[in-house]
Amino acid sequence: METALLGMSDVSKSFGATRALQGVSLEARGGEVLALIGENGAGKSTLMKILSGAVSPDSGQMHLAGQPYAPTGPHDARVAGVSMIYQELNLAPDLNVAENVMLGQEQSRLGFVRGAAQQERVRGALGMLGRADLPLDVPVRRLSVADQQVVEIARALASETKVIVFDEPTSSLTQHDVENLFRVIEKLKRSGIAVIYISHFLEEIRRIADRYTVLRDGAVAGSGQLAGTTESEIVALMVGRKVEELFPSVPHIAGEVVLSLAGLSGRKTPRDVSFELRRGEILGIAGLVGSGRTELLRCLLALDPVRRGRVRIGAIEPRSTPHARIHAGLGLVSEDRKGEGLAQRETIADNATYSRLTPYSRFGWLNLRARRAAVEDWMRRLNVKAHSAEQTVEQLSGGNQQKVALVRVLHQDADVLLLDEPTRGIDVGTKAEIYRLIASLAAEGKAVIFVSSYFAELLSVCDRVGVMARGTLREIRPAEQWTGSSILSCALGVEP
Amino acid sequence: MSGLSSESARPWSTRGRQWLRTVLGPFLALVLVVAVFTVADNMQADGGKFATLRNAQNILVQSATVAIAALGMTMIIISAGIDLSAGTTMALSATVLAWFLREGYPPPLAVAIGVGTGCLAGFINGSLISLLRVVPFIITLGTMTIYLGLAKMIGRSTMVRPDRAQIPDWMGELLLPRLKYEWMIFPPGVWLLLILALLVSAVLRYTVFGKHVFAIGSSEATARLCGINVPLTRIAIYTIAGFFVGMAGLYQFARLTIGDPTSGTGKELPIIAAVVIGGGSLSGGRGSILGTLTGALIMQVISSGCTALKQPNPIQEIIIGAIIVAAVTVDQFRRGSG
Repeated sequence: METALLGMSDVSKSFGATRALQGVSLEARGGEVLALIGENGAGKSTLMKILSGAVSPDSGQMHLAGQPYAPTGPHDARVAGVSMIYQELNLAPDLNVAENVMLGQEQSRLGFVRGAAQQERVRGALGMLGRADLPLDVPVRRLSVADQQVVEIARALASETKVIVFDEPTSSLTQHDVENLFRVIEKLKRSGIAVIYISHFLEEIRRIADRYTVLRDGAVAGSGQLAGTTESEIVALMVGRKVEELFPSVPHIAGEVVLSLAGLSGRKTPRDVSFELRRGEILGIAGLVGSGRTELLRCLLALDPVRRGRVRIGAIEPRSTPHARIHAGLGLVSEDRKGEGLAQRETIADNATYSRLTPYSRFGWLNLRARRAAVEDWMRRLNVKAHSAEQTVEQLSGGNQQKVALVRVLHQDADVLLLDEPTRGIDVGTKAEIYRLIASLAAEGKAVIFVSSYFAELLSVCDRVGVMARGTLREIRPAEQWTGSSILSCALGVEP
Repeated sequence: MSGLSSESARPWSTRGRQWLRTVLGPFLALVLVVAVFTVADNMQADGGKFATLRNAQNILVQSATVAIAALGMTMIIISAGIDLSAGTTMALSATVLAWFLREGYPPPLAVAIGVGTGCLAGFINGSLISLLRVVPFIITLGTMTIYLGLAKMIGRSTMVRPDRAQIPDWMGELLLPRLKYEWMIFPPGVWLLLILALLVSAVLRYTVFGKHVFAIGSSEATARLCGINVPLTRIAIYTIAGFFVGMAGLYQFARLTIGDPTSGTGKELPIIAAVVIGGGSLSGGRGSILGTLTGALIMQVISSGCTALKQPNPIQEIIIGAIIVAAVTVDQFRRGSG
């Protein structure tokens, strides 16, 4: 089968000033699995939305089975023969399997559902997937996630779909269920359906897909046959650079102690945490979610109530208010960028300077021109991609938002930077920039506390790594003396 | 390189365009409402009285009381708050002012105490919200009734009527459409409103305090993270808003020349409506003084226009209600597409 069942040519889409997609072309052929690969923010989700009719492209054409394809909405797309299987399944939990499969395409006479005729179609669809064993009259709420996914796929088959798009379908499945899913996809392939498979996991893609298309920054970075393409070639396409450049090393040496904690305890967590941090030092904090890492940083800034313990910053012991702690030289980049880290509706300039407006203020009145110049200078230094300092933060990509949050702690000239998951949900290119920034800040004599769930980045970036579990700081060692598995066993509380 | 270089090619900064859009919407609505009533008025046999300077003066005078209170309400709503006690606080201020005049205190002192009562009421609102950590809606729902009760206590459940002689001339002329000096075009109370509006607008845009108001409204968590003293700022916002409500009490007294404890009941709604029609968002972070003034004018133009067309009160109310719903819907739509 050489002809494309679904084709996109030169599709572009912008949201405000952000160009989400730029001249993207791809084709999915019947009886083939096309892998769509890309980092977060590469434009995969926008592409999905265009395919499903949730948004319409600014320019470019789409074809489905030789006909022009321009869906006006998800239902329209489904009728035309394009089905989406999202990470979050779209099922009515209280309806049974048959009702869910036929949802929106019920066979009826005078408004009454024709049960028998429906059941036949549902059985046919499930049979095609090799899952004729699924009971039809059970509410889908009671099925496993994997079986629910089968119900969704059966729904697509029952509507005689030509193309099925899977968005990260294995993210909530066990290994066993993944195997089953792959068998189902094989069956779909053999019945001549075109499958588009979106995933981060390269091993999965190699197993299931025939061809690949890599998206980067909203454009196609490359595409071709998977056979004969190495994994590092694909990674290079995704990242746009060699992987070794991800963790740049900037030499830095530790100076005098700038932060010391003695028995710091919060309401529940942290519990009795003590350590010292020197200028020019990067301290990583590892631990499972809920181990008290975030709460430790929040107690340091007095955002959460401090029950006991002392915090000494430089030569002073500041009062327990965020204002006093910031004044003493702490700066926090929150893990919750949308809810806490940035005021999304306000401008870059506002967000960057909220914690330090004094340089531009005379008797409370601001010199906005001077402020704008200073902020734009910082934006250039951190390579923030925006039209101007007066753009609102909500219009920026995740990576650029994170840079604005970093600009704020740099602009306030904090001596100790508390970074909570600073690389979460941002693209690899920006991650590399942030690693480099952290290292060069340490070289300038700043101290950094770097909280992360990603052990590899902690081990590569930090000088020392501490592991937290159940609110206490279990152990601090130089990074060279940790491995990923020793961190994990310490975080789980098992002796290695 | 960074995208900053492309900026010179863009005549409007993003914030500037956004500002233009939020202000332009209410303004176009005002122009439209004026145009519709002018045409309709000129079509009736004894028309031609709507689009006159005299009527414009009347409209401004009649909207001034709501508008001046709405200046403070704009700040509160930008900070994601609300003040349901604005109406009864206004009546309380007017009643206190009337009482001090009637008891023979010097008028400047009576005005200062009347307006000060508004500040104090606002200070209490802000302090309760900050200290008890209860949402503004509930706190001010409570103080709304408390302030009504206090006003009734002062007025002994009836109106406080100072003598004609006890009310100084300047107070009577504050909002008198018939001008002492023709060159003034509008009475002094309208000019005072405009000056205060300019001042608040500048404070919101160009001061540290103004930035903090927007920060708290946009995201209180972010404001805390940045070391902004949220409780103190909030108390300041409500106290300043109380000042403007106190001024509204003065304006109301100047027009009625009596202190009526119950005259403010329900008046918080047009004040809030002015802010909302003017583009203020009850979820915080949005609102402008220019929009609020336009919102107050739109409501007054509709009621004046309906009077000119001899339409009864219920029609005015239905139209104003529809405008509120339309304004918010249009705003949401704009935000969704932008």
